[in-house]
Amino acid sequence: MDELKLYTYIAVFGSFAMYFAIAWWARAGSTSDFYVAGGGITPLQNGMAIGADWMSAASFLSMAGMIAFLGYGGSVFLMGWTGGYVLLAMLLAPYMRKHGKFTVPEFISDRYYSKTARVVAVVCLIIASLTYIIGQMKGVGVAFSHFLEVEYENGLYIGMFVVWVYAVLGGMKGITYTQIAQYCVLIFAYTIPAVFISLQLTGNPIPQLGLGSTLADGSGVYLLDKLDRVVTDLGFKEYTTANMGGTINMFAYTLSLMIGTAGLPHVIMRFFTVPSVQAARSSAGYALVFIALLYTVAPAVGAMARLNLMNTIEPAAGQNMDYAERPQWFKDWEKTGLLKYQDKNGDGKVQYTANEASNEMVKVDRDIMVLANPAIANLPNWVIALVAAGGLAAALSTAAGLLLAISSSISHDLMKGILTPDMSEKNELLAGRVVMTLSIFVAGYLGLNPPGFAAGTVALAFGLAASSIFPALMMGIFAKKMSGTAAVWGMCSGIGVTMLYVFQHKGIMFIPGTSFLGDMGANWFLGISPNAFGAVGAIVNFAVAFLVLRVTGPAPAHIQQMVDNFRTPHGEITTAHNH
Amino acid sequence: MEEKQSYWQENLRLIFICLAIWFVVSFGFGILLVEPLNEFRLGGYKLGFWFAQQGSIYTFVGLIFWYTKKMNQLDKKYNVEES
Repeated sequence: MDELKLYTYIAVFGSFAMYFAIAWWARAGSTSDFYVAGGGITPLQNGMAIGADWMSAASFLSMAGMIAFLGYGGSVFLMGWTGGYVLLAMLLAPYMRKHGKFTVPEFISDRYYSKTARVVAVVCLIIASLTYIIGQMKGVGVAFSHFLEVEYENGLYIGMFVVWVYAVLGGMKGITYTQIAQYCVLIFAYTIPAVFISLQLTGNPIPQLGLGSTLADGSGVYLLDKLDRVVTDLGFKEYTTANMGGTINMFAYTLSLMIGTAGLPHVIMRFFTVPSVQAARSSAGYALVFIALLYTVAPAVGAMARLNLMNTIEPAAGQNMDYAERPQWFKDWEKTGLLKYQDKNGDGKVQYTANEASNEMVKVDRDIMVLANPAIANLPNWVIALVAAGGLAAALSTAAGLLLAISSSISHDLMKGILTPDMSEKNELLAGRVVMTLSIFVAGYLGLNPPGFAAGTVALAFGLAASSIFPALMMGIFAKKMSGTAAVWGMCSGIGVTMLYVFQHKGIMFIPGTSFLGDMGANWFLGISPNAFGAVGAIVNFAVAFLVLRVTGPAPAHIQQMVDNFRTPHGEITTAHNH
Repeated sequence: MEEKQSYWQENLRLIFICLAIWFVVSFGFGILLVEPLNEFRLGGYKLGFWFAQQGSIYTFVGLIFWYTKKMNQLDKKYNVEES
């Protein structure tokens, strides 16, 4: 066994052993432990757990790669996936914590005194979470197959087994403590290579500062200026100004991601685990600190990876690399098909340009940038092994959080809340575990046989959360008179408009050929891409809800009283009158 | 009841201030005004680019902690802390 493989096995299985040990130590004994970790998590711990929960395989593996190729346009992900926490901390989390329930649909059902609203919320939640989980399962499979050279399927089975052990055993309590460990693993794995690369390129060990520094090669040129020049020389758009689909599209995209973030149930339910309203406010702050650590490093990783890639292929203008002398990482990624070279002009050298006809790097997959980065920069093997463990930690922790959101909405909202209200606590706990086991199998199945629409689903998850759940929750807190009928109408029309727009451009259920308007910029409403349409859906939701409210009249007095009650931290936990 | 009303009003005012700043640093500096701001520089960063990829995120973190601190003071002032 070579050195790299040995280190990788140690890093991956060492971290797995740690997760199992934590799960055994923090196993759940009650439904309260299972759903909300007994309500006893401190804000700092909760912040770390939210960080791991939030930062998925997509954040860890794909985001820096997207930024590397989109440049300034990639900013929508950076602002969108962090700005949502400001909304959470001020508009939702403290009030929902005060209300003191286990799940998001339960809050909606109490506030809107309606079982219909609860069912609508459960449906939105399950669609959003399931679509999200497919991506995590694929991430687990890919990471295993790349680093440990096992089959994709076997990688997926190992991942399913690991999540099953600690999620089913520990519930929210086990998941929370495991996620704290996973956060540490993933943040080290992300920042250590970035520190090394920043040092190599600029002499500054802090990547956030390195990105704004001059190069260490003695030229005195700023790194970003150099990158701008290298890419524009080859005909690509200037890195620091490359727009993504125009200003309106970037605006709508960022807004959709922000309110989608604030409306995703697996994040919101985290705020039920802390002991007080005050702790709910501050844990949003800690969560964002831990998330910002990765999100402010990502643009440096992206820009530096792009520069290193360009420099490897063309060390000086006109002196292109010989294909025969390509480095080992180049060969490794060629094997996976994610990197492809075609010698179009037959000179045996590699030309990488923006011109379709003469570009010889036929395929450079964005997702390989983070994984290939340490090798491109010639970093030691233990750093590469660490990245493998980090990628797995990111995928597993998010998958566990999503599984909990799904299983609690089924066992607590549908079974205990609607179908069999007299179920005992012991049975509910058992039901939660059974449902979670089934969910893992469904997620695993979908990971093995990704449905045709998997590629477009993450956007749909955010669009759904942004256009349905977030407006319903916000109006529930800030519009005291908002009635159940109006909220249900709002949720349905918000989701409806968003799905219609996505389907008409991407195909019904993403089946190719069924789109009736075509996926092209000319047909987009105000130039807004389908991925960015959740913001418009949310506006429709608000508008319809207020219109219906005017026609049908306000919520009953006892509901308005309940709203008054959860607006202040003081006093008894609110109890609903309908069950 | 009066007390509760003005507690809520003060909370709304705070939220409004925070969200105004939230909007200005991200949507304002990072997207709408990015081109004029890019005329200025922060080291190697163009200023608009810096707000879009770094500055807005730091501001978000600061905003949440500032809001938390202010709200804790407000809870004390109106005597509505958790028992």
